[in-house]
Amino acid sequence: MRKIFRPAPVWPALLLLPLLGGYGYVFLHAEAQWQVAILALAGVAAILAAGSRRVGAALDRSWRAAPSLLGWLAFVVAAALIYVLREDHFALLMVATVLLYALVCLGLNVQFGYAGVLNFAGAAFFGIGGYTAAVLAAHTALPHLVILASAGLLSGVVGSLLVLPLLRTRGHYAALITIAFAILFRTFLEVNDLLGGPQGLKVPGLAILGWSFNDSIVVDADTEFSFYVAYAGFSLVLFTIGLILVWRLERSWLGLSLDAVRIDETAASVFGFQVARWKILAFSLGNVLAGVAGAVYGMMTGFVAPASFTLAESLIFVSIVILGGLGNPAAVLPATVLVVVLPEKLQFIQEYRYLLFSAIVILILLFKPAGLLPRSLRRYFPSWGKA
Amino acid sequence: MNVLLDCRGLTVRFGGLTALNGLDLTLKHGETLGLIGPNGSGKTTFFNALTGLYRLVAGRVRFGGREMTGASPQDLYDAGIARTFQRSRLCLTLSVFDNLMIGNHRRLSRGLAFNLLRRRAFEQELREHQARSRMLLETFHPSLPDRLYDPAGELGMIDRRRVEVCRALIGEPRLLLLDEPSAGMTHEETHELMEDILATRARQPGLSIILIEHEMGVIERVSDRCAVLNFGEKICEGSYASVVADARVQEAYLGSE
Repeated sequence: MRKIFRPAPVWPALLLLPLLGGYGYVFLHAEAQWQVAILALAGVAAILAAGSRRVGAALDRSWRAAPSLLGWLAFVVAAALIYVLREDHFALLMVATVLLYALVCLGLNVQFGYAGVLNFAGAAFFGIGGYTAAVLAAHTALPHLVILASAGLLSGVVGSLLVLPLLRTRGHYAALITIAFAILFRTFLEVNDLLGGPQGLKVPGLAILGWSFNDSIVVDADTEFSFYVAYAGFSLVLFTIGLILVWRLERSWLGLSLDAVRIDETAASVFGFQVARWKILAFSLGNVLAGVAGAVYGMMTGFVAPASFTLAESLIFVSIVILGGLGNPAAVLPATVLVVVLPEKLQFIQEYRYLLFSAIVILILLFKPAGLLPRSLRRYFPSWGKA
Repeated sequence: MNVLLDCRGLTVRFGGLTALNGLDLTLKHGETLGLIGPNGSGKTTFFNALTGLYRLVAGRVRFGGREMTGASPQDLYDAGIARTFQRSRLCLTLSVFDNLMIGNHRRLSRGLAFNLLRRRAFEQELREHQARSRMLLETFHPSLPDRLYDPAGELGMIDRRRVEVCRALIGEPRLLLLDEPSAGMTHEETHELMEDILATRARQPGLSIILIEHEMGVIERVSDRCAVLNFGEKICEGSYASVVADARVQEAYLGSE
């Protein structure tokens, strides 16, 4: 039987991606408060539309028609956005921050969305990464890529200290343990003079293969790129790797195992799942991602201090994951944009940001508990499912 | 000896309540045992003890010639014991296929590198399991393979039961524990389900089954032997006819005069 050729309905996503890039540019450049507000509302409306059944299905179909083409295009659009913003320090800092926060949230998504382990110490693991980078880069001659890897590893190892109490408790009690750890971590930093106490530590800039990220990129006498271009680009690469990793995790027996353990521990153990093993895997992987992100963030901002890694920051991370959609790694990015960029652009929100976020999270939990972009059924491959 | 399961003096206590009191039970390869008894007589407790969910206070379990007393649920699953639950415990938000794969856990390659990096090899393994899932579902109902990608929660009660039995069967266990598969089903549906289970067993001759059931017709139809529990103790054992005729059994169900 010969297959009947039908043109793939690839165009919705194909058009959407450049549009998103343009939106990002306009949004980052909007100055007047009313412009920002209108753009933000339009953005939320668009996200809600994408999460709706019909639009979502159309986007889904087009994504399935050419996943690798669209994946590459998304990456290129993001890279192009960074290039277009090449002289705008502030916008680039925003882009890099969003990508690094989103990387942390990918990790939290693995922990909470898949394994069901709620981590209220996300900022602490982010901070462990930052402090590791600060100490190692200042006192050793290790190549910075090794430092980034060590920051991730150390964050994972410290996380494993929490594993024992976490495995002995469930639900709210496990969450309380992570809260306790988050507070403990901050207090530990504040009283520890070796780590700079409340003042924190300076962090040397990132340098990879002799290329120092903190130098502006000089093209010729008249053109000079902001040094944030390098950080934004590097963060983009890291986030992309993280996203692919988490996607593959979900679309494999690993993701299935994590789901089984989260949904019904008893049934899972009767079918041979080592519940503890899977929780440990998810928890560690999430913390590694947070640690790496924290290291890059510390090197970018040049400075780590206890005040940046508070419980409140951890709550921000958790609310991003819930806002986007538990278990949907792709939802992390738009949700991070909303939570991180919006208060920066809308000054009048700035003071009330925590109040606003708590209100948003409560609204989401009440009316859209699956998040703005709910997770769909597992699709092991783009072609998986009914023909 | 072709004894598959040998339980001696199984005792389970919850505080002061003895739910299972010195239960002796053996099962041969390929045998189907009907386990009956009034509510609260310890039937499900026996299953929970046998799958490692409850800790034994006393007694020992040998399975497939191996000492399995006090083994973890995981070890017992690996040894070849699979079960269904009285109240359906499917993962309703996951697809039917995912639910089946949970039961098929034994056969899945769980390595990190295999799952994350070797996507070709993974896809090949996936396709094999997909084909097997379809075949198994087909045995239970011709319409079921088409629902492979639907969330289990969208299935009707009967199909959920079927999928739950398939989930227990797909890993090709040596011992299948069915905890009241007829609960919430009509007479006809129950018989249909049992015929399907028997059909599966015909293709897997070594499979032994312990069936908890209140529907006596089902017990009569499928079991080679029956055991009756009451207050956590075995009060009677033998063929269906001899068991229902036994005075102690009648007393347990109807009370003494």
